[in-house]
Amino acid sequence: MTNAYPGAAPTTLVRSLVTPEGVDLRLTLASGGERAAALLLDLVIIVVALVVLTVLALSAALAMKSKSEELVQMIWLLGFFGLRSGYFLLFELTSRAATPGKRALGLRVVARDGGRLTGEAIFTRNALREIEVFLPPIFLIASSVAGDPADSLTVLCAIVWSGAFLLFPLFNKDRLRMGDIVAGTWVVKNPRVALLPDLAGASNGSVFAPTMVFTPEQVGAYGVKELEILEDVLRRRDPKTLKAVASRIQGKIGWSPAVGETDAAFLTAYYGALRGRLEHRLLFGHRRRDKFDKA
Amino acid sequence: MSGLDLRSGRFRTEREADWRRLEGLLKRAERGRAGRLSDAELLELPQLYRAALSSLSVARATALDAGLVAYLESLATRAYFFVYGTRTRLLARLESFFRDDWPAAVRAIWRETLVSAVIFFGAAVVAYVLVIHDPDWYNSIMPGEMAGGRDPTATTAHLKSILYDTHHHEGLSAFATFLFTHNAQVSILAFALGFAFCVPTALLVAENGLSLGALFALYSSRGLGYQLGGWLLIHGVTELLATIVAGAAGFKIGWAVIFPGGRPRLEAAAAAGRTAGAAMAGVVVMLVFAGILEGIGRQTITADWARWSVAWVSGVIWLAYFYLPRRRAA
Repeated sequence: MTNAYPGAAPTTLVRSLVTPEGVDLRLTLASGGERAAALLLDLVIIVVALVVLTVLALSAALAMKSKSEELVQMIWLLGFFGLRSGYFLLFELTSRAATPGKRALGLRVVARDGGRLTGEAIFTRNALREIEVFLPPIFLIASSVAGDPADSLTVLCAIVWSGAFLLFPLFNKDRLRMGDIVAGTWVVKNPRVALLPDLAGASNGSVFAPTMVFTPEQVGAYGVKELEILEDVLRRRDPKTLKAVASRIQGKIGWSPAVGETDAAFLTAYYGALRGRLEHRLLFGHRRRDKFDKA
Repeated sequence: MSGLDLRSGRFRTEREADWRRLEGLLKRAERGRAGRLSDAELLELPQLYRAALSSLSVARATALDAGLVAYLESLATRAYFFVYGTRTRLLARLESFFRDDWPAAVRAIWRETLVSAVIFFGAAVVAYVLVIHDPDWYNSIMPGEMAGGRDPTATTAHLKSILYDTHHHEGLSAFATFLFTHNAQVSILAFALGFAFCVPTALLVAENGLSLGALFALYSSRGLGYQLGGWLLIHGVTELLATIVAGAAGFKIGWAVIFPGGRPRLEAAAAAGRTAGAAMAGVVVMLVFAGILEGIGRQTITADWARWSVAWVSGVIWLAYFYLPRRRAA
């Protein structure tokens, strides 16, 4: 499972995960940018929660004077510890296996061997976060609070330290950070995709079907790659693109539009016809990749 | 030819209801407690998952609707992680952690634990011998703020007073909490640094041993060794054991990175990381106990014999819990 999906170039982020039923799910790894965005979101949430906690604790301490001061102190200490060490741990232990930041970007943590994601693995990957993310800033803050601000060399060392760990995922093909390596996990994309309407479905194209009939030569002008681009264009419904694509195809297949025929209508009808032909050929084992493919 | 009566279109209309049903169940299941599924729905989910998986295979092979394939991939992946993922309740997870996983993980790293203990006690003995022979060593081993007035120039009476000082009775539980969070963070650090070929972990463990040895040398040179033992070990047995295990967990990972054996380095590190992770989670639990004993127990129990008996009892309990052979759960 550590190898790239055979059909994909080794530089892509697609990895194969074969289920016990024998189907390859073809997971896509999260990119460096997505990981960074998720981490930033989580850090913002933590800092905001910490500020709220501190304000609450301070006002509670002022309101209650001396008696319960100790309790407030305790709650603040435990809250700080929980946010710093428990936040990532608890959220990744849920069935979504993702912190709010990761959820927002459609990511989740997965065991690299495709097996069950254990609690130990989650604990380990987040214990390592302590040195990757938290150690240098906390060290610097602690030394300046103690009235002994770090000199510029120490600050530089802290920045280099953080940089080395934070950029680490960019220097390996699986986008693993130190914690992922040690815990045997990686982070994949698993966004919720909505089921889009079928462009060639009854509700969409049938109105135009009887009026437009294409010859086999006209339908045979393109392959799967062009079909997918056409699908994308039709889903976006941008009038300028529709017009450009329609006139391009009409020029290529020698189609003269009837009076009152819209670009969208033509493209939808042609999409249906092209997909019908390509899928028909697919059943006989011919997958025509693109228009240059002679199959 | 009627180009719009597509086989893939019919395929989709026939199965769409099942996919939507699976999607709805997953959405509720992932939302957690509020939308917990009924037994019938839980039984239905794997069937719908397998149906979606087979739809995905068929769609990939015969349909050229990219939107449909993307939807099915996302749906099947989500369902896969739900069906094969961890679905055990938190309570069941905790139970198996305390009953089996934690002691098993500690037993599994017994070699590293021995090494860690040898480094710790070795450092302690070295510091003890050095300070006994030349008290000047004390200042180089103990940094000023850690010593807290306990240095060779202090009077015996002052040294003794620290051991039985109960005047900050006030903030005991806050103090205990502070000790716990601080120690937990340090031990997580010792563990996490293990991947750097064990070196930083060994240094941290040795540093702990050195300060212990130096402190003992100072007190025993004034004839207060037994009293210091009670003061330190009432929580120290738990805390030092936790430190040693945390170091051992770090070594386990570092060792796997240096000598992965027959496996690829990444795989070896991951396997070591899982065992060590369970042991480390246990260390945090131990430090909760140590924090309570240190912050509350030590300040309220001031008789030496009582402190020593707490130390002995806690040591016996931990060792029995980790290493006593037990019957396999049926």
